[in-house]
Amino acid sequence: MILLPCPYCGLRNASEFRYVGELSERPDPNATGIEDWRAFLYMRDNPAGWTTETWFHRAGCRRHFVVERHTVTNEVRDSRLPAAQLRDREDERATGGNVADDRGGATY
Amino acid sequence: MSMRLKPQPGEVIDRGRRFRFTWNGEAYPAYEGDTIVSALAACGERVFSRSFKYHRPRGLLTASFLDPGCMVQVGDEPNVRGAHRRVEPGMVVSPQNVWPSLRFDIKSANGAFGRFLSAGFYYKTFIKPRRLWPAYRSVLRRFSAGGVVSPDSSHGYFDKRYAHPDVVVAGGGPAGMAAAIAAAEAGAQVLLVEEEYELGGHLRWGNEAELAALRELRGEVGSTAGIEVMTNSVVNGRYDGNWVAVLQRNLPHVVERLVKARAKTLVVAPGLIERPYVFEGNDAPGVVLSGAVRRLVNLYAVKPGERAVVLSANESGDAAAEDLERAGVEVARVVDARRGGDVVRANGGGKGVRSVECADGTKIDCDLLVTAVGWTAPTSLLNMAGDRPVYDGRAARFFPSRLTEDVLVTGGLAGDGTLEELLAHARATGRDAAGRATRTGRALRAGIPQHADGQPELAQSPPVEYPKLPVYDHPALFRGKTHGIVDYSEDVTSKDLVAAEKEGYDAIELAKRYTTVTMGSAQGKLETVNAVAIMAEATGSTIEETGTTVWRPPYAPITLGALAGRIFEPVRYSPMQPWHERHGAKPLVAGAWIRPDHYGDPASEVRNVRENVGLIDVTPLGKFDLRGPDVPRLLNHLYVNEWSNLDVGAVRYGVMCLEDGVIFDDGVTGRLGSDRYILTATSSGAASVWEWIDNWLQTAKPGWRIHITPVTTAYASINVAGPKSRDLLLRLAEGVDLSPDAFPYMRVRTGRIASVDGCFMWRIGFTGELSYEIHVPAAYGLHVWEALMERGADLGVKPFGVEAQRILRLEKGHFIVGQDTDGLTGPYGVGLGRMVKLDKDDFAGKPELAWQGERGDYLRLVGLQPHDGSLVPPEASQIIEDKNGVVGRITSSRMSPTLGRSICLGFVAPHLATPGTTLLVQLPDGERIPIRVTQHHAHFDPEGTRQRG
Ligand SMILES: [Zn+2]
Repeated sequence: MILLPCPYCGLRNASEFRYVGELSERPDPNATGIEDWRAFLYMRDNPAGWTTETWFHRAGCRRHFVVERHTVTNEVRDSRLPAAQLRDREDERATGGNVADDRGGATY
Repeated sequence: MSMRLKPQPGEVIDRGRRFRFTWNGEAYPAYEGDTIVSALAACGERVFSRSFKYHRPRGLLTASFLDPGCMVQVGDEPNVRGAHRRVEPGMVVSPQNVWPSLRFDIKSANGAFGRFLSAGFYYKTFIKPRRLWPAYRSVLRRFSAGGVVSPDSSHGYFDKRYAHPDVVVAGGGPAGMAAAIAAAEAGAQVLLVEEEYELGGHLRWGNEAELAALRELRGEVGSTAGIEVMTNSVVNGRYDGNWVAVLQRNLPHVVERLVKARAKTLVVAPGLIERPYVFEGNDAPGVVLSGAVRRLVNLYAVKPGERAVVLSANESGDAAAEDLERAGVEVARVVDARRGGDVVRANGGGKGVRSVECADGTKIDCDLLVTAVGWTAPTSLLNMAGDRPVYDGRAARFFPSRLTEDVLVTGGLAGDGTLEELLAHARATGRDAAGRATRTGRALRAGIPQHADGQPELAQSPPVEYPKLPVYDHPALFRGKTHGIVDYSEDVTSKDLVAAEKEGYDAIELAKRYTTVTMGSAQGKLETVNAVAIMAEATGSTIEETGTTVWRPPYAPITLGALAGRIFEPVRYSPMQPWHERHGAKPLVAGAWIRPDHYGDPASEVRNVRENVGLIDVTPLGKFDLRGPDVPRLLNHLYVNEWSNLDVGAVRYGVMCLEDGVIFDDGVTGRLGSDRYILTATSSGAASVWEWIDNWLQTAKPGWRIHITPVTTAYASINVAGPKSRDLLLRLAEGVDLSPDAFPYMRVRTGRIASVDGCFMWRIGFTGELSYEIHVPAAYGLHVWEALMERGADLGVKPFGVEAQRILRLEKGHFIVGQDTDGLTGPYGVGLGRMVKLDKDDFAGKPELAWQGERGDYLRLVGLQPHDGSLVPPEASQIIEDKNGVVGRITSSRMSPTLGRSICLGFVAPHLATPGTTLLVQLPDGERIPIRVTQHHAHFDPEGTRQRG
């Protein structure tokens, strides 16, 4: 069983996590067409190599995070918070907001 | 006839403990320490089973766990390895795969008709015509091998354990023991796993010097801190991240335990497995491997025969010949394969070998033929770690090629040598394993977010110097000059492999599947290399070119019980469970929850709700406390309908879809305060809904100011339903005006119930009656339930269970997500299209729902009533149209106690959804009955006057 690096909890058994899926950008729901939307829903690159995925630490801290995983060797690297949260933190910093926890960019 | 020898220096039997057990209906003596088969062999028994296809008599071959002819039934337990399992007093052992008896087996006629059971037999014979498959199945069942499982067998206790050793050593022979000692001395926590009952490997059946070395090693293992020894246990698989599965069989009162060990380093030291030789008659009882002789004589003090021929290509064969001499067996001839000697054929009938023909033309009478023709390297665990071992023609066996950082190899897998050389290599391996484990441990700790300042430096320890092991030359002996059995457990012959190659199955992986070679109980550990060599011979190529099949987990058979382990499934009860139990509730398993299905008579429970008032425990309802200014944005995003205008005190029903526009969950959400909401989800959907909300808030909308708290079990929930529900609540509620004008339908109020503060209640209508769903702090759930029962006695209050609720809601035509919807059902299909607010800026599934609304080709959920109201078509019955076939199905059906007739919900094709249409439902017996589409989903009170009262 592979170990996954949760940015909050460290390396934990994969059985504690739910695989959310390959990272994919949600099209603008008001401008999208059937082709693009269905591609977002169903089409995955599934490369034999490095891929960027979202996982959910279901039996741990209940946080979603993004990690790069090699689908052949199961090596993992660059565990980080979802992009939207990182952007949100940037915004908070820019506006002088209080950033309590800054482990978002931990790299393994 | 006793074949028991005088005491042997290395014997494992305790002659002070003699007892009896039963074999094949007769009593036999045994000593403690005997295996089932050693005890029988000591009594002169030679035949222990009949073979799989040809029902040929089979005896000892390896005298180890792998012995294919020694599978027996012990009591209720089938497929016991009789040459491994220790016999116990009173054990009832019987042969398998025999009919009518071990000595006279009718099916051995198969041998004469072997042509019909040739390579690819199953694929060729049992294909057409398809209608005969049931007949084929019943014939094959009779002929299938294996013991008998009784459905009444006791379950036994199985266990599970997690372990985090630094080093796991697979194999407790001399190399494994030395590696474990060295690793532990270097500070590692070591788990040493040995398949047999005792540590020692081949030293156990060795000479005096080897026995002395064994005593010394065992002493060191025992005295070195940090080594945990598991005997009669096996490393069954190696997975990603050195996740090592150990099957432990040596615990008292535990049938099997699965140990899931996260090893930092795995040392693979299983030794070598002796390979059988392929020639005519090689499966006759009395044809044995040299290792079997050595075990029988030295461990169990059993004389293997009276007159022997030994075919020897190595030291093990020579030592077996010496053992035989010492045991008083007449060694008629040692045929030395190193000097070109060979055996052509073993002759003999059902009772065993009678003579052996040698390559030089001589024929020797004997009852024992011992072969020592070479070794197979059990590289299974290396295969599982990604290695593809390579063949060394000089040594006639496979060696590891490229190992990962966390897997090391020692012992016979690594090379040959004297005991001293092998132990030196093993000690270096153990030190290396400990060093690697330390480095891995540091890296793991460095990867974990820690609050302590400073991480320890990652010290680079110097690389461990390994003594180089020699590799000895060994003759390459696989098949002799005749054809024989390759796979004993599957009855696959070398002729079958040659035939498979001729038919085009010329790759080893194809021939394996076509002939089932290596697919039997030994899983290739005895047969693989012979099969590869014979395929190489047939295709005119080399063993290197032919390659091997890949060994996959599990290494040894494992019971389903061990995989299932202890039952750790959590069970959830509501606080009212003690009351339900006292009142005869029949339990219903609903996901993790145990709920009352009914209290004896669901139909009368339904009538009481319609006439008086009933209580149902709905605690499992998923409940989430949502707070914060952005909650309306979240609700708008999750549900297809509109939420921005929900007033304080209001409750609204909502449907959630996933991004594919398919209904995911439904429920009501109420606004208890200006920024406090309670969202409810179905009992079974609660966990998924919570994840779905977390997903949106964390990955897409992190800026939304919302706190979500699951409160499913913080509140006990009771639905008080029926025309007298208001009368009942008036007696117990405080601080709430229950009058219809002050507290109308689809409203929520907070207050005290039965003197309990902090309750909230809402008026909703799942049952179709006037009803109040009350939510009270869980600790007071039982108190409030009992108060309601007590104070409502004169109103006729009665409990009702899930079954009555299902009938009540079906009478009202309310669908249940998952019951009346499936993986394709959108809101339009269930008649809720008008709820979908496409003018909202964004919500989950919005584009799909826009297209769904335009298309209109979805199945429609409709109310259905059979013409004959006494017939209740089973749920999932199909709706049939002559020209179009299946055009729908029944999703829910019940007999309605209120209407006195059967009622249903079901899906039908769009052109059949018009009220009044008559359709045909096919019952399980094939009969088709007419059924009518009703005006509404609701079969009862479609206007909803009762629930709004
Ligand atoms: Zn975590």
